[in-house]
Amino acid sequence: MRYLPHSDTDRSAMLARIGVGAVDELFVDVPEGMLLDQVLNLPRAKSEFEVEQVLGRMAAKNVAAGSVPFFVGAGSYRHHVPASVDHLIQRSEFLTSYTPYQPEVSQGTLQYLFEFQTQVANLTAMEVANASMYDGSTGTAEAVLMAHRLTRRRKSVLSGGLHPQYRAVIETVSKMAGDTVVALPADPTATEDLFAEIDEETSCVVVQSPSFYGHLIDLKPIAEKAHAVGALLVAVFTEAVALGAIEPPGAQDADIVVGEGQSIGNPLTFGGPYVGLFATRQKFIRQMPGRLCGETVDAEGRRGFVLTLSTREQHIRRDRATSNICTNSGLCCLAFTIHMTLLGETGLRRLAELNHANAVALAESLSAVPGVDVLNDTFFNEFTVRVPGDGAEVIEKLAEKGVLGGLPVSRLEPDKAELANLIVVAVTETNTDADRVAYAQALKEVL
Amino acid sequence: MLNEQGRPTTPVTANTAPNETFTANRGLQVEEPLLFEIGRHDVTGVDLPEPPRVESRLGRHKRLTPLDLPGLSEPEAVRHFVRLSQKNYAIDTGIYPLGSCTMKHNPRLNEKMARLPGFSDIHPLQPQSTVSGALELIAELGRWLLETTGMESVAMSPKAGAHGEACGMMAIKTAIEAAGEKRSTVLVPESAHGTNPATAALIGFNVVDIPARDDGSVDPEAVKSLLNDDVAGIMLTNPNTCGIFERDVVAIADAVHAAGGYFYADGANFNAIVGKVRPGDLGVDAMHINLHKTFSTPHGGGGPGAGPVVFSKRLATFAPVPFVRRTADDVEFIGTRREAGDSAQPFGRITAFHGQMGMFVRALAYILSHGSDGLRQASEDAVLNANYIRVGLRDLMGALFGDRPCMHEVLFDDSFLEGTGVSTLDFAKAMIDEGFHPMTMYFPLVVHGAMLIEPTESESKASLDLFIATLRDLVMRAQRGEAERFHQAPQLAPRRRLDETRAARTPKLRWEKPQPYSEAAE
Repeated sequence: MRYLPHSDTDRSAMLARIGVGAVDELFVDVPEGMLLDQVLNLPRAKSEFEVEQVLGRMAAKNVAAGSVPFFVGAGSYRHHVPASVDHLIQRSEFLTSYTPYQPEVSQGTLQYLFEFQTQVANLTAMEVANASMYDGSTGTAEAVLMAHRLTRRRKSVLSGGLHPQYRAVIETVSKMAGDTVVALPADPTATEDLFAEIDEETSCVVVQSPSFYGHLIDLKPIAEKAHAVGALLVAVFTEAVALGAIEPPGAQDADIVVGEGQSIGNPLTFGGPYVGLFATRQKFIRQMPGRLCGETVDAEGRRGFVLTLSTREQHIRRDRATSNICTNSGLCCLAFTIHMTLLGETGLRRLAELNHANAVALAESLSAVPGVDVLNDTFFNEFTVRVPGDGAEVIEKLAEKGVLGGLPVSRLEPDKAELANLIVVAVTETNTDADRVAYAQALKEVL
Repeated sequence: MLNEQGRPTTPVTANTAPNETFTANRGLQVEEPLLFEIGRHDVTGVDLPEPPRVESRLGRHKRLTPLDLPGLSEPEAVRHFVRLSQKNYAIDTGIYPLGSCTMKHNPRLNEKMARLPGFSDIHPLQPQSTVSGALELIAELGRWLLETTGMESVAMSPKAGAHGEACGMMAIKTAIEAAGEKRSTVLVPESAHGTNPATAALIGFNVVDIPARDDGSVDPEAVKSLLNDDVAGIMLTNPNTCGIFERDVVAIADAVHAAGGYFYADGANFNAIVGKVRPGDLGVDAMHINLHKTFSTPHGGGGPGAGPVVFSKRLATFAPVPFVRRTADDVEFIGTRREAGDSAQPFGRITAFHGQMGMFVRALAYILSHGSDGLRQASEDAVLNANYIRVGLRDLMGALFGDRPCMHEVLFDDSFLEGTGVSTLDFAKAMIDEGFHPMTMYFPLVVHGAMLIEPTESESKASLDLFIATLRDLVMRAQRGEAERFHQAPQLAPRRRLDETRAARTPKLRWEKPQPYSEAAE
């Protein structure tokens, strides 16, 4: 077996040194009858090329986004990632290291985490950010729990523009913890009245902008209303590139900002691994979940970095910890950091403009198709269209024509008939004019 | 300063002169500024076309707040991050014996497979008809997880071990409620990972500690004395964090079941027993599997992980979507509540999308490469290696549990350092100067100054021999009175000991522009 260094001679010599005759003598504590006496009846070891054949066949059955006109978003976006990003994250010293528990030999990881935290804080215009969460959805649920700790209240109010799966994660976690969730109805037109639900018992209001349906939301009045009753604003985004073009939540008085960072540096990969961005006010850091990297000095007075404020965390606090989290999204946040470093603000602004311009162009093309309406006044790179007929059927028919035209809302909201004719459409810099023309043409044909 | 575990967090002052070079570099160790100190606001390493002219639809939302994100050109960025990488220890550099963390070799084939466009360039919400191969891969991985654990269904979406624990405990809570019961206590051994009690508390359970026996294992009588009709279950790690297989695990499981509770197993140490013991046979009801430990997906400096959770028959129907379950003669992937039909009652959703697909591809590549024979051999080699270290060091570092064999990791306490003036931390830092990453320190909490060594199956005999010889030399130096050498260690790493107290007292969590002298003056 190519990954196992021992020869049988090595094994015999080692067993002799230990003083046992066979390896099973080391498994003496396994209860009677529980030790399997033979190899499980499953396929045996394979060579590299055999594994490549098996997995290659599975991969070939999937339609790669890059092979067709592709417009699916809804929390996961297809952007171009520079070649150097994927090369650098595969450096052995990044790829095969562990959590930086020994900072003297982990300054590489720690320094990029410090850079990542600064980039996220600046992008969101917040005071501090942590070293990342699993993804946007779990990060949002953690933000709600954090708001409950800060306000000592247990009711969250969720905007109807929040990603349905994010809502489901918050509902699941809250149900288990015995907390209350008030989720407003789906809001494809950005016309909901959140204020009516915010009261003295509200811990936080969770609002996504751009919303799941693509609308840009004014966060400031919501923050004001929340703060007036002692509640917090949790601002959510699923498309990090948007912050290169739109006012960040930190400039609109958000208290906790959570986002999906996949768009920067990370491929689609069928939904994971991604990287959750999490930022807040300096005064809240001791209630923040997740790892934090901080600056300090070493014994010679040189600048260095360490994981810090770990008294919040499970390995010290156990059942009194702020969260049970013990990993971050290390390598994905490295990919984010490298891509963001390459972009810089000049590149990020340009990238955001390009996304927006392509989306505007597609919105115009699609709204010119008879029977199709674009629901959004404002949007960044994603918007909602209403089609005559069932959205899921339209998407299937488009797929048969080789166009992956977006997400039928019914896929995530199967029980809401009023949403059945809606499709959420995302556009990025990777979409060409030809893609746009192909989409509009195909849509015309299938309707 | 000491932290709550009694570990020093402030270094002693160094006794050597600071850097003597003009650049402060030390040969190949190059001092690298922060990105914010070398980047410029008008530099970018990404060329993008001119955006088409359109009428903006941003309304009044256009960003006016400065971004303050400096950029680097590609050559500058590559150099910056390569230099940073050179300040890290890694498995590819040498043995990484962190107990409980399972730092084994990460095969590069797995990286190559995960990057096939058919896996890396597919969207979680594109039409199901266009991702049949992805669903097949998840089902196939699920099949292996079910077969090697002897369980009934497997929730695929947990993002990491702790997330898997939450998933398992939520299923237990749901099952209890579905039976019309109310149980609010969870039993957790003292030796457990901190995530266990933190998870139980997150789900709204009260945690009751189970004391450990002298040999680090859990006494079924102690468990029985704590059982009552308020106990929802037990969270037990097996093999446990002392590196010992819980020899009474079946009796414990039986007692918990008899009292109406559930058995959650922390699968962090599953890598010791794959192909040797099936947790389902031991009475486990739910267990997470750290794909980044047992099945070698890269740790990546602390993530991403992946923690699918297998369930017994009692809990199988409560698995959150998406999951894989057994059918009469095969397995099937269930992506939504609707697909699950009436035969399942998923307790909800714990993350958007389907879980860590990139990790699934790598784990399956690892599993297929090993096959059932190789997986069993890997477990045996991991246990063999840990015992080889145990025997190689026991005369100098002690034998906490007598001649009892360990599993995949071996635990020492700091009694061999008594009277030397050298602490566990000092000892670990001296290993860094010898070119090794230290073992896990001060965990588990059940012994004083714990040192937990997990070599994994990836180490050759020669590598283990050098490791043992080095530790023997260090023990003898400590016992000979060379304490100063330990107090000063590490001296040869990119940094000397770092001041953790200072970092925590005045948290500096982001870079800030240095102020001009006049403004900075107090």
